[in-house]
Amino acid sequence: MTTAVAVRPQQSIRFRGRSFMAFVLAPNPPILGWLDELDNWSRNSPGFFVGRPIILDLAAATLDEAAIISLIAALGERGIKIVGLEGADPDRLGPSLPPLLKGGKHASAIDDAGSAAAANVVTLPAHRQGQNQTQNPPSSPAPNLEPTSLLLESPVRSGQSVIFPNGDVTVLGAIASGAEVVAGGSIHVYGTLRGRAMAGAMGNARARIFCRRNEAELISIDGYYRTAEEMDVNLRGRPTQCWLEDRVLSIAALD
Amino acid sequence: MAKVLVVTSGKGGVGKTTTTAAIGAALAQSGQKVAVVDFDVGLRNLDLVMGAERRVVFDLINVVQGVAKLSQALIRDKRLETLWLLPASQTRDKDALTEHGVASVIKEMRGKFDWVICDSPAGIERGATLAMRFADVAIIVTNPEVSSVRDSDRIIGLLDSKTEKAEKGQRIEKHVLITRYDPQRAARGEMIGVEDVLDILSTPLLGIIPESEEVLRASNVGSPVTLNNPLSAPARAYLDAARRLNGETVPMSIPCERKGLFDRLFGRRAA
Repeated sequence: MTTAVAVRPQQSIRFRGRSFMAFVLAPNPPILGWLDELDNWSRNSPGFFVGRPIILDLAAATLDEAAIISLIAALGERGIKIVGLEGADPDRLGPSLPPLLKGGKHASAIDDAGSAAAANVVTLPAHRQGQNQTQNPPSSPAPNLEPTSLLLESPVRSGQSVIFPNGDVTVLGAIASGAEVVAGGSIHVYGTLRGRAMAGAMGNARARIFCRRNEAELISIDGYYRTAEEMDVNLRGRPTQCWLEDRVLSIAALD
Repeated sequence: MAKVLVVTSGKGGVGKTTTTAAIGAALAQSGQKVAVVDFDVGLRNLDLVMGAERRVVFDLINVVQGVAKLSQALIRDKRLETLWLLPASQTRDKDALTEHGVASVIKEMRGKFDWVICDSPAGIERGATLAMRFADVAIIVTNPEVSSVRDSDRIIGLLDSKTEKAEKGQRIEKHVLITRYDPQRAARGEMIGVEDVLDILSTPLLGIIPESEEVLRASNVGSPVTLNNPLSAPARAYLDAARRLNGETVPMSIPCERKGLFDRLFGRRAA
């Protein structure tokens, strides 16, 4: 467990987002036939799935809750542990099932020795055509066209939450009391920061927060946070920047 | 075609119903056809402030559900013949309102009036979101006090995202109306200043209504404050606000209760 004794000489709770690599299994109907295929494949790579987090992509298979439960149990017997679901209808999921995940991205490279086999796993349904012949080449990664910064031209109102994991957020207006902005990168506020700003939320200790007027309720970088009460009163109402230095959240006036 | 105006605030007790009645009567006094609609289903109050509580037969829910025709439910004011009231139901709750039903009632009213003024219930739930749903213009009623200002900010966020206009990518016209303003307490620093309220909400100011016993006196006799005593300080402030809604440029002032003193003039004008 990581303890963060940054702001006060007492333990505080850290909250942060992290992304992890997981393999995705996408069963094709009929499910029993697909399980047979999986067994055939597993004989060539015994123990491949042991200890790995696996996501079940149900987009191709329309299953009800009972069928999903029995499929997860059948995979469990094969040593495959399902940590999350993808592509399922949330209405059909009960509380006993793993959580539904969204926003998954294609991995261009798998970071460990299983990379060759990984291509097999991702494209498992394609094996129907030829079991022992050529593997399907892993699909080329889509060019990354997602923007890496977000510009907000109107104020962030109380009760609104803006979450942008991909990079910096620039706010031209104010962030109201009771509003929050969460960014993977830095946060720049050209109005008054009255609400919460959480920069580097995906684990970026180099992210910073800049605001033209600091009235913040809470600021946080990489999970290290400070509430209004813990801020120097001399820094209130002034242009400030916040950064992380040796796990200590520092705030300084810019004027 | 009518302009649909919602009077909203988020927080309760800030003066939405008083404002609906006062602005409605002020607009009707200028000869326009005005309907005030009580969306506070289950806690109807507007009929009392309008002095029509003994004439209610059908209500908004009856019309929404098709039990009564709009013309049967509308109550004409006894003092102003261009002012009408569509009361809320006291026995039902807000779940009886449907978006489809409200849409058809508002659509029918648009063809009959110059202004349709929707008195929103407090909160951000169904009643409040349906009251603002079809609005073209919004008055956000705010007291110069932190919780009211924050709730108003929340409501402005909803107006910019949950209304039909916002969903079509259009902008809803928004005005802040500061009510229960006490110049003496503001001078002593016991209230948030007007400038600070407007800075936080970054929305143009429609008017500043001074705290006054006239408001309570008017609602006790069942009359909009602009009708009951048009020369009183709050009535003058509401009449100015109504002129600004009509597009007139009226210098911003806070009418004073004390006679013989000129109104304290503010540099700010309605935007």
